[in-house]
Amino acid sequence: MTVDIATQHESSAEAVSLENRDFGFWIYLMTDSLIFALAFATYAVMMDNTASGPSAGELFSLSHTAGETFLLLTSTLTFGFASLAMREGQPSRVILWLAVTMILGMGFVGMELSEFSGMIAAGAGPDRSGFLSAFFTLVGTHGLHVSLGIVGIVVTITHVMIKGLTQPVRSRLYRLGLFWHFLDIVWIAIFSVVYLPGVL
Amino acid sequence: MDSNHTHTHTPASYLTGYGAALGLTIIPFALVWSGWLSTGTTVAVIIVTALIQVCVHLYYFLHINLRTTPKENLLALAFAGILIFLMVGGTLWIMIDLHYQML
Repeated sequence: MTVDIATQHESSAEAVSLENRDFGFWIYLMTDSLIFALAFATYAVMMDNTASGPSAGELFSLSHTAGETFLLLTSTLTFGFASLAMREGQPSRVILWLAVTMILGMGFVGMELSEFSGMIAAGAGPDRSGFLSAFFTLVGTHGLHVSLGIVGIVVTITHVMIKGLTQPVRSRLYRLGLFWHFLDIVWIAIFSVVYLPGVL
Repeated sequence: MDSNHTHTHTPASYLTGYGAALGLTIIPFALVWSGWLSTGTTVAVIIVTALIQVCVHLYYFLHINLRTTPKENLLALAFAGILIFLMVGGTLWIMIDLHYQML
């Protein structure tokens, strides 16, 4: 009887602690959005300062950006399927959808890296002009976040494999999902502020 | 936090969100690609579709809504929104004004 109450008390304490972490992570995402907002403001101010170097219209490719957008948007859907599988308590489907999400995310980062290396090879690196410094800061920060998200997915897949869908693992998966969906929202702002007006 | 009673936790709901997001992405890309509308109108469409798509993502993928999302989360979101508005708006206002004065 006393043991029962003790474990019950323990698990509810754990639930409260996980709930607090969820809220804390939400606060982190909100502060992270401020970092991005300031990178956007900097980009908007520096946009026309090309220092007689290449301009946005000469550097950006609409089809390349469309490809990146498609990969990231689809990865948000597949992460959603992983969350659904978690709610239904099916660890193997969670792992499958997380793996698909990871592959799509890696495709996105790969496309971004090939764009960056192509630009740097063409003499349009971050040191070329104020416009390019701001561009690499903004888009690079987002790419770094996606890369960290991929590391998070690898860690979470390992957790699900070893520990199964325990309460702490579910909580981590939930927070990773928030992070991943949040990054897609930032990407909407990036293609709407950087790429589309740049090509226009 | 992880609300169990929202109807956005179904495959159909995720697919609806995905379809809406895809449509709201294709519209601005198609307009920029084809150049059908004037530059000003295209920029307006880009801004409007982006704002709607952010709301679509918040509702369908992050499950933010006014009924089940805890008040403190909404408050943090609204506060971040106000800060972003002040900092981005203020930066652009001052820098564009400066640019204008320096001409």
